[in-house]
Amino acid sequence: MPEIKVTPLGAGQDVGRSCILVSIAGKNVMLDCGMHMGYNDDRRFPDFSYITQNGRLTDFLDCVIISHFHLDHCGALPYFSEMVGYDGPIYMTHPTKAICPILLEDYRKITVDKKGETNFFTSQMIKDCMKKVVAVHLHQTVQVDEELEIKAYYAGHVLGAAMFQIKVGCESVVYTGDYNMTPDRHLGAAWIDKCRPDLLITESTYATTIRDSKRCRERDFLKKVHETVERGGKVLIPVFALGRAQELCILLETFWERMNLKAPIYFSTGLTEKANHYYKLFITWTNQKIRKTFVQRNMFEFKHIKAFDRAFADNPGPMVVFATPGMLHAGQSLQIFRKWAGNEKNMVIMPGYCVQGTVGHKILSGQRKLEMEGRQILEVKMQVEYMSFSAHADAKGIMQLIRQAEPRNVLLVHGEAKKMEFLKQKIEQEFHVSCYMPANGETTTIFTNPSIPVDISLGLLKRETAIGLLPDVKKPKLMHGTLIMKDNSFRLVSSEQALKELGLAEHQLRFTCRVHIQDPRKEHETVLRVYNHLKGVLKDYSVQHLPDGSITVESILIQATAHSEDQGTKVLLVSWTYQDEELGSYLTSLLKKGLPQSTS
Amino acid sequence: MAAHLKKRVYEEFTKVVQQHEDLSAKKLRLTKPSKSAALHVDLCKATSPADALQYLLQFARKPVEVESVEGVVRILLEHYYKENDASVRLKIASLLGLLSKTAGFSPDCIVDDAINTLQNEKSHQVLAQLLDTLLVIGTKLTENPSVRMRLVEVACKHLTDSSHGVRNKCLQLIGCLGPVEKGVAKEAESQAAKDVQKIIGDHFNDQDPRVRTAAIKAMLQLHERGLKLQQAIYGQACKLLADDYEQVRSAAVQLIWVLSQLYPESIVPIPSSNEEIRLVDDAFGKICHMVSDGSWVVRVQAAKLLGSMQQVSSHFLEQTLDKKLMSDLRRKRTAHERAKELYSSGEFSSGRKWGDDAPKEEIDTGAVNLIESGACGAFVHGLEDEMYEVRIAAVEALCMLAQSSPSFAEKCLDFLVDMFNDEIEEVRLQSIHTMRKISNNITLREDQLDTVLAVLEDSSRDIREALHELLCCTNVSTKEGIHLALVELLKNLTKYPTDRESIWKCLKFLGSRHPTLVLPLVPELLSTHPFFDTPEPDMDDPAYIAVLVLIFNAAKSCPTMPALFSDHTFRHYAYLRDSLSHLVPPLRLPGRKLVSSPVSPSITPHEDPSQQFLHQSLERVYNLQHLDPQGIQELLEFTIRDLQRLGELQSELAGMADFTATYLQCQLLLIKALQEKLWNVAAPLYLKQNALASAAAKQIVEETYKMEFMYSGVENKQVVIIHHMRLQAKALQLIVTARTARGVEPLFGMCEKFLQEVDSFQRCFISELPRMQGSFVDKLLDLMPRLVTSKPSEVVKILQTTLRQSTFLHLPLPERLHRASANIIEPTGESDNPLRFTSGLVVALDIDATLEHVQDPQGTVKVQVLYPDGQAQLIHPKPADFRNPGPGRHRLITQVYLSHTAWTEPCQIEVRLLLAYNSNRSKATAKVPKSTWNESMEALPQPENGIEGTIPFSKPVKVYIMPKPARR
Repeated sequence: MPEIKVTPLGAGQDVGRSCILVSIAGKNVMLDCGMHMGYNDDRRFPDFSYITQNGRLTDFLDCVIISHFHLDHCGALPYFSEMVGYDGPIYMTHPTKAICPILLEDYRKITVDKKGETNFFTSQMIKDCMKKVVAVHLHQTVQVDEELEIKAYYAGHVLGAAMFQIKVGCESVVYTGDYNMTPDRHLGAAWIDKCRPDLLITESTYATTIRDSKRCRERDFLKKVHETVERGGKVLIPVFALGRAQELCILLETFWERMNLKAPIYFSTGLTEKANHYYKLFITWTNQKIRKTFVQRNMFEFKHIKAFDRAFADNPGPMVVFATPGMLHAGQSLQIFRKWAGNEKNMVIMPGYCVQGTVGHKILSGQRKLEMEGRQILEVKMQVEYMSFSAHADAKGIMQLIRQAEPRNVLLVHGEAKKMEFLKQKIEQEFHVSCYMPANGETTTIFTNPSIPVDISLGLLKRETAIGLLPDVKKPKLMHGTLIMKDNSFRLVSSEQALKELGLAEHQLRFTCRVHIQDPRKEHETVLRVYNHLKGVLKDYSVQHLPDGSITVESILIQATAHSEDQGTKVLLVSWTYQDEELGSYLTSLLKKGLPQSTS
Repeated sequence: MAAHLKKRVYEEFTKVVQQHEDLSAKKLRLTKPSKSAALHVDLCKATSPADALQYLLQFARKPVEVESVEGVVRILLEHYYKENDASVRLKIASLLGLLSKTAGFSPDCIVDDAINTLQNEKSHQVLAQLLDTLLVIGTKLTENPSVRMRLVEVACKHLTDSSHGVRNKCLQLIGCLGPVEKGVAKEAESQAAKDVQKIIGDHFNDQDPRVRTAAIKAMLQLHERGLKLQQAIYGQACKLLADDYEQVRSAAVQLIWVLSQLYPESIVPIPSSNEEIRLVDDAFGKICHMVSDGSWVVRVQAAKLLGSMQQVSSHFLEQTLDKKLMSDLRRKRTAHERAKELYSSGEFSSGRKWGDDAPKEEIDTGAVNLIESGACGAFVHGLEDEMYEVRIAAVEALCMLAQSSPSFAEKCLDFLVDMFNDEIEEVRLQSIHTMRKISNNITLREDQLDTVLAVLEDSSRDIREALHELLCCTNVSTKEGIHLALVELLKNLTKYPTDRESIWKCLKFLGSRHPTLVLPLVPELLSTHPFFDTPEPDMDDPAYIAVLVLIFNAAKSCPTMPALFSDHTFRHYAYLRDSLSHLVPPLRLPGRKLVSSPVSPSITPHEDPSQQFLHQSLERVYNLQHLDPQGIQELLEFTIRDLQRLGELQSELAGMADFTATYLQCQLLLIKALQEKLWNVAAPLYLKQNALASAAAKQIVEETYKMEFMYSGVENKQVVIIHHMRLQAKALQLIVTARTARGVEPLFGMCEKFLQEVDSFQRCFISELPRMQGSFVDKLLDLMPRLVTSKPSEVVKILQTTLRQSTFLHLPLPERLHRASANIIEPTGESDNPLRFTSGLVVALDIDATLEHVQDPQGTVKVQVLYPDGQAQLIHPKPADFRNPGPGRHRLITQVYLSHTAWTEPCQIEVRLLLAYNSNRSKATAKVPKSTWNESMEALPQPENGIEGTIPFSKPVKVYIMPKPARR
């Protein structure tokens, strides 16, 4: 039985280091190649030795697909392709291909330059790696080789995020990557057609959460910023450079425009400028509003948002500053935070999750006195707000996607085991499909039931469809023909042709059956009764009474003779060829039930 | 080489030319009188199918007369049978359809032939086209049931065709022509077209999605034509909702909706349980489910239809707004619920702590239903949709449902308020309007009000104004709410001073709706102090006026409030009551001089004293018409002055007062002109007076046009008086000309014209004549036989005497009369910075104006730009530039393009709005029966009726511009 094997090297019952191996119909595909943010040792990258201990990876993998540019989905790529060694094709969408190297370079810089690690990939390696990348468009079917084809669907989440359908013959797998089923200020919602894959591999970050409407959050956020600015306070929004930052920028930019506000908004770091450039470029990947209005004005050409300079932090008057990094653990955002923390008019808004141990986490959990380096005590008087702006699908969104795609099996990755358990149960209960959640390194095997294409000669098809009623999708149709399996191909031909091709003589096969009927009347009367009965029952068939005393129903012959011993019993001889097996057996069973009594 | 190439090019070129000549020669032949013959010749000549196709294409470009249609059809049919090429047959079939559409042609004669063609046709495309032709024929012959029956039979026969196109057309045909009157269908003919519904229903499961769609559409078509669909198809339709193709789903949603309207109360079982529910509820649930469909077309469709399902039970309705939140498997409250709780607990903060939205109780994992059956959260999804089309549709649906269900209105409030922050302005505007429409059913909580008010700072004027309208009719629950609203409105006022009027109006309603809530706020708002006198606020401050408007309107129904006023408040009240009488209601102020209360208490409050005054002064004028001329003049002058003042004070009566004042003004001018001494003296000596009289005549004519076209609500009664006045002015003009002009020739023409005018006046207003006893025209008509025969000089003499003797007509006042007015908001005309642009190029000037009481502004309002050199430019704004924010009000937001040659220094241009009129479109003539009008038009060329003109009706605004010479 054909099977699909899935082995997560990362992201199996875990968040981070997404890397999933799929073998489908003899093809091996690697989905994503991410790093883990929680580790600094070897565990940060997936264990590629699982694929092969010795020998080139290229021989074992047909292709690698990267769903989007977040480092937990592409962070290990240069290591994988340049240091471990892989020369096959790597597929990603155009925006991902454009932005990915920027992030990889940034990651490299932090690891090598700041933390002083050696034995890490170099800038050149990133470049070499990107040379192996093949960019794909949305909904473009790419033939990796003769049999393997992939297709990208829009996934929301971040610019360029895509879901991929991997298809070999009739078997297919859809990998969602990270996706978002509700639109936000700069991206649309994920969408997939009813592709009915054998397996849907979906993320499940928010498997146990149903989120509130985005509008409330946005409104709260805007209201808070607005109030603070009106009071003359300063607002600090620590963000990571890409993704949410752009959404918040658009949000504030449009709000400023709408409300005619004058307070300056600043955005720190040069990294973002480069990325913003790409956001301006890939307008087709953004949401409806931006796509519709970019002719008048590209929304990413911010009017109110300007580049930040360190000196601006001391300027009097209200302002809003986006600064990196997002968890206030280092860098510019922390510097600004220290400057502004003392004033109760100011505010800091944390737009995302903060890891334990960071300043962000401390202030969010209500700590008001922070110990900084050098034994300084920083008193936090500014307001601290938390706003969750996350772009993953929640439980409802996941279910909605499953409903859209109608897969035969579902496999959960990129989430916590406990939460997955719940979702798994729900999926099985509501869609009646089997659901899997393998841990890292654990292989799940899914048996498929692929339909096998068979060539049929046009003559036969036309002849067969002409018989009987119109073809109906909902009912299987019986067809007569001969299946020839030759030279690795299947053909359905008419039996005559098959005989001719194989050089065989035709043999007739007939079934005969005797049915005893209690009927004291004469033979021809019995025949007439049978005839009337059949005519009454089989309205759609041609029932004929032949002059020689026999009845034909289509090609089935019925003759009646008196029983040699008992004249009261008539023996009906029913004879049919094997082609009419269905009708013949029906007829016999019908006759066995006897004739209705009230015919005379 | 190059030369060779060139030669080849030329060769090819000449070839092409030859072909052209060839074609044009054939074209000529086609214009022969007998179309069918020409076509026949052409088709016989055609050697190849391509040729024949060309001929047919050319033929199709020209219309065919009704008489020759049948002949052409016969020719075409003849060729049809001969033709082997499918494409030519296809073209012929489509031509047959086109021809049978010809107006006036009855296609019964070709029905049989058309049906016959179907018999031997093999090509599916041609078959489909032929069926299409039959459809055209059938729709033209709807009165003929036997033809229809035959066509339907034909269609049924072809339903088994293997091509989707043919089946498509068959279904379409059955849908359009199938018998609707069920039961009436005779037994004889009903065998083939037994039951169209069943036949169509069988194709709901066709293998081709296009045919499925066509089947559903045909079913809907039958419904539209009045056939009552059977409830049995409901089940089938529900299955179609899960179709793979969006067009099928979209049509199925419609079908389900139709069925839910037909059988709302039937009971359907819920699958997989033994419960049963009403069909309309089930359908509602199913359509709600489609709001989260994969295709946005279906989503829009579903969201739209939800709005019209008002029979749905409230339990289901309220589910649409329900979305159970959870976080890590624990129940979480929505932000809305939290806001509500915070509000009721008296705290006012949200999301301050990071654990604020911390989930509460554990959820039983078994009870959570992620894919809900039924209506759960349909609107929550619809309002958050990616496409704004879906969001707008959802808002509209919400509005319709909320209007019919107060409890639902209360529930959907939070969601509507959220929509105020949508990224697309249309959606925001739509939700504000929706909220206004349902405002009777709702009371805003403070936190909701807060969100609503935040939108007041929106830079779009449309949004702000819509919001003001909304606030006019909202109910606020607390005094803090009122205070909040006031504060926000004042903020809005400082930010956008142009919103002044709108804000005052808004506060007026806010005050009068919530007197008891305003009462405790009064001391604070007026900043009075129990012991100290506070400084008197500035009376011209718009913000202070706004506060006073709120308080005075509240005080109207709250008699205890005036006790809290300080002295200057009373003074300010008197001032505002006078200057902004439309915003400040009359108050009974205790212990004070009743500043505005009526002097005579006998007058009932219904009858406005100012209206009384208006009528009294008019009575006075009309009664005293036989005084000596001097007295009349004085009285008229005083009355006009009074009326003008009244119009300024009482905006409701402004239209009425202005209208009558204008009329009296005309009368005054006429009297003055007739008082001139010039009538007694030889003309040349009194050239100066002469000028005066003709100027008066001219002015009267202008004023009458204003009276006729600038006021809305003018009725025929008034129009006749206005026309009469104009006639008098024209008579005056004629007399003056007769006195001054040398020779009689010009007089001939003028006299004739005048008499024609009198004639047309008589015809137009024949019904009004009896009421004009003793008037100028009455007398004139008596003398008409004499006038027609006499010489111009005599005519003039007669006119002069009649004009002097004629009486002064009473002008009846209509119920409502409003003067069209316009106010240019933008440009303000205050800028000192010239608009610089390079001469020869254009600069766009944004114009924003409000128009009041203008009927059909798209057709009549023009923008005039006057340059300092006297050059004037008239611009017609696009119809789309006009918006209609309320009854009788319009708003013009447009751009005019200015250009001029270079100037040495900046200079001002004037921009104003004009009201264009055309006496042809006059209200009076429009009411005349058509036939008489046409006759008169043919009989007499009436130049008078074609007069077009413009009336300036806005204050001009000056714009500083500076065209710079172009730099080289």
